[in-house]
Amino acid sequence: MGRITLDKVTKRFGDAEVIPPLDLTIEDGEFVVFVGPSGCGKSTLLRLIAGLEDVSGGEIRIDGTAATELPPAKRGLAMVFQSYALYPHMSVRKNIAFPMKMAGMPKEEQERRIDNAAKVLNLTDYLDRRPGQLSGGQRQRVAIGRAIVREPAAFLFDEPLSNLDAALRVGMRLEISELHNRLETTMIYVTHDQVEAMTMADKIVVLRAGKIEQVGTPLELYRTPRNKFVAGFIGSPTMNLIEGPEAQAMDAHTIGIRPEHLDVSSTDGRWRGTVGVAEHLGSDTFFHVHDTGLAEMITVRADGEVQLRHGDTVYLTPQDGKLHRFDEQGLRIA
Amino acid sequence: MATQHSRSAARVMISPAVLLLLAWMLIPLGMTLYFSFQRYNLLMPGAHPWVGLMNYKLFIQNPAFWTALINTLLLVGGVLIATVVLGVLLAILLDQPMWGQGIVRILVIAPFFVMPTVSALVWKNLFMNPVNGLFAWLLPKLGMAPYDFLTQAPLASITFIVSWQWLPFATLILLTAIQSLDSEQMEAAEMDGASALSRFWYITLPHLSRAITVVVLIQTIFLLSVFAEILVTTNGGPGNASTNLTYLVYARSLLNFDVGGGSAGGVIAIILANIVAIFLMRAIGKNLDA
Ligand SMILES: Nc1ncnc2c1ncn2[C@@H]1O[C@H](COP(=O)(O)OP(=O)(O)O)[C@@H](O)[C@H]1O
Ligand SMILES: [Mg+2]
Repeated sequence: MGRITLDKVTKRFGDAEVIPPLDLTIEDGEFVVFVGPSGCGKSTLLRLIAGLEDVSGGEIRIDGTAATELPPAKRGLAMVFQSYALYPHMSVRKNIAFPMKMAGMPKEEQERRIDNAAKVLNLTDYLDRRPGQLSGGQRQRVAIGRAIVREPAAFLFDEPLSNLDAALRVGMRLEISELHNRLETTMIYVTHDQVEAMTMADKIVVLRAGKIEQVGTPLELYRTPRNKFVAGFIGSPTMNLIEGPEAQAMDAHTIGIRPEHLDVSSTDGRWRGTVGVAEHLGSDTFFHVHDTGLAEMITVRADGEVQLRHGDTVYLTPQDGKLHRFDEQGLRIA
Repeated sequence: MATQHSRSAARVMISPAVLLLLAWMLIPLGMTLYFSFQRYNLLMPGAHPWVGLMNYKLFIQNPAFWTALINTLLLVGGVLIATVVLGVLLAILLDQPMWGQGIVRILVIAPFFVMPTVSALVWKNLFMNPVNGLFAWLLPKLGMAPYDFLTQAPLASITFIVSWQWLPFATLILLTAIQSLDSEQMEAAEMDGASALSRFWYITLPHLSRAITVVVLIQTIFLLSVFAEILVTTNGGPGNASTNLTYLVYARSLLNFDVGGGSAGGVIAIILANIVAIFLMRAIGKNLDA
């Protein structure tokens, strides 16, 4: 079980209020991703849940019991740190065994769980090595192994993949998702990378300056962003935001259209512009379109076969029902 | 320095320094060895006949030698234990955020800047003196008899004074080591359910092992030759109770004017220091490997 409830949780460092009062419920078995720009308080929020920081106000409940005053070890949560935080002088086996040793678990049970974790994480051949002799991805797996063997109520991950190279990151992303499917344990995952958030989450929590901007499934956030910030943060390449007469004509302060929701034509369409840089990915091509009179630059996602050259004239047409409208405060107009 | 030419040029360039260093070390060592095989006493002018190993035999057969040897080891061992244990505790304490941290750190380092003779005299006259010392005033107030530290427990007192001098060094090295400990490791251990004591034992102490090794090796080099503190406090006495090897060599060569005997003692001290060094490197040297 791992249902975590935050009730008006607040955190201040001195005078700086990093987390204003915040309510959030994380259901048992959910994969929740906290996403937001660097410095928005994601780690702080995670550390509050873990018990590594004291809350300045509010209540944290884990499975219905008050956990606000509990020390980290008593909350039944396991954390995987960005730096992995492995114990460098212990072998992989001892690293994984450490939480069980601290809990005074019988040796046979320890061995059984270590073997299990090693099998799941492909670490069997490395059990007698030191962390210093492992690659980044292997260290990451050891850190996860150390978390698994405790059979925690929930796993907390703080940007666990940010020290890995791109290819490894994709692989580990899959492994963590698979692990979640197998264990069905609650996982809270912090990242600043919206791709990680979109690909892994059951539920995404978008944070800005300590405040929750929106909570929802990846597709909800993609389809109906509640405000301009979420609209700009979720999706890659980012949504085109257009202000001015074109927006006013639609009774909005700002309108938004995702690059993939613009149809491209070289003969006719709603907006006319000039092609700038083209980024060819093979399957798709991203065109930067200038001189549309809408915004500095409009990004368009077109099929990889579309042939347009620098300086060509293009016509863009937004697809039906894919336009997002926002008012002066940046809030979505339904 | 890739080419043959630049390498030989380099050798030519450093040769004066190497020659100077060699002369600096080899001539005194050679002369010590040379004198140690002669009967050479300043009170008996005249020829210095070769006497073979006589000086060595006399030095070792002297009962004071064994006392001095044991005293040396006790002094080195005692100071090492005291400075490492207290140094670790102090370093942990100084690592905590607290008010006036900068000043406290400077105060802790201060004893290291006091020269050995001065600090030993301060301890002897201001603190340990059985009549005028602070302890002589303090102990009766606590209901205890005054204690003449340097007479009744001379070696322990000197060990204490030397520890006081070397504690800052140990603390400083250990403090920098503690500061390099990754705080996420500590937090991970906390989440893993380790108590403060377990965290110290399983995380902090192993992390400090290399720094402790450095402290032990460096201090041993200096502690084997403690001299000034003994000279100004007890003069090696009462009897031989606080005589170490260095002091014994001094007593031999300068108090008895026995150059030959003193030289032999010096050579023996060198050999013993090397035995200690080999022993230490075997025991803890592996901590220095990355
Ligand atoms: N121990 C601390 N003392 C003071 N300010 C802190 C502390 N930890 C974090 N902060 C501040 O809180 C804000 C959020 O930090 P953090 O949670 O680490 O952001 P994120 O993980 O989203 O990048 C930052 O502005 C940071 O400067
Ligand atoms: Mg962070």
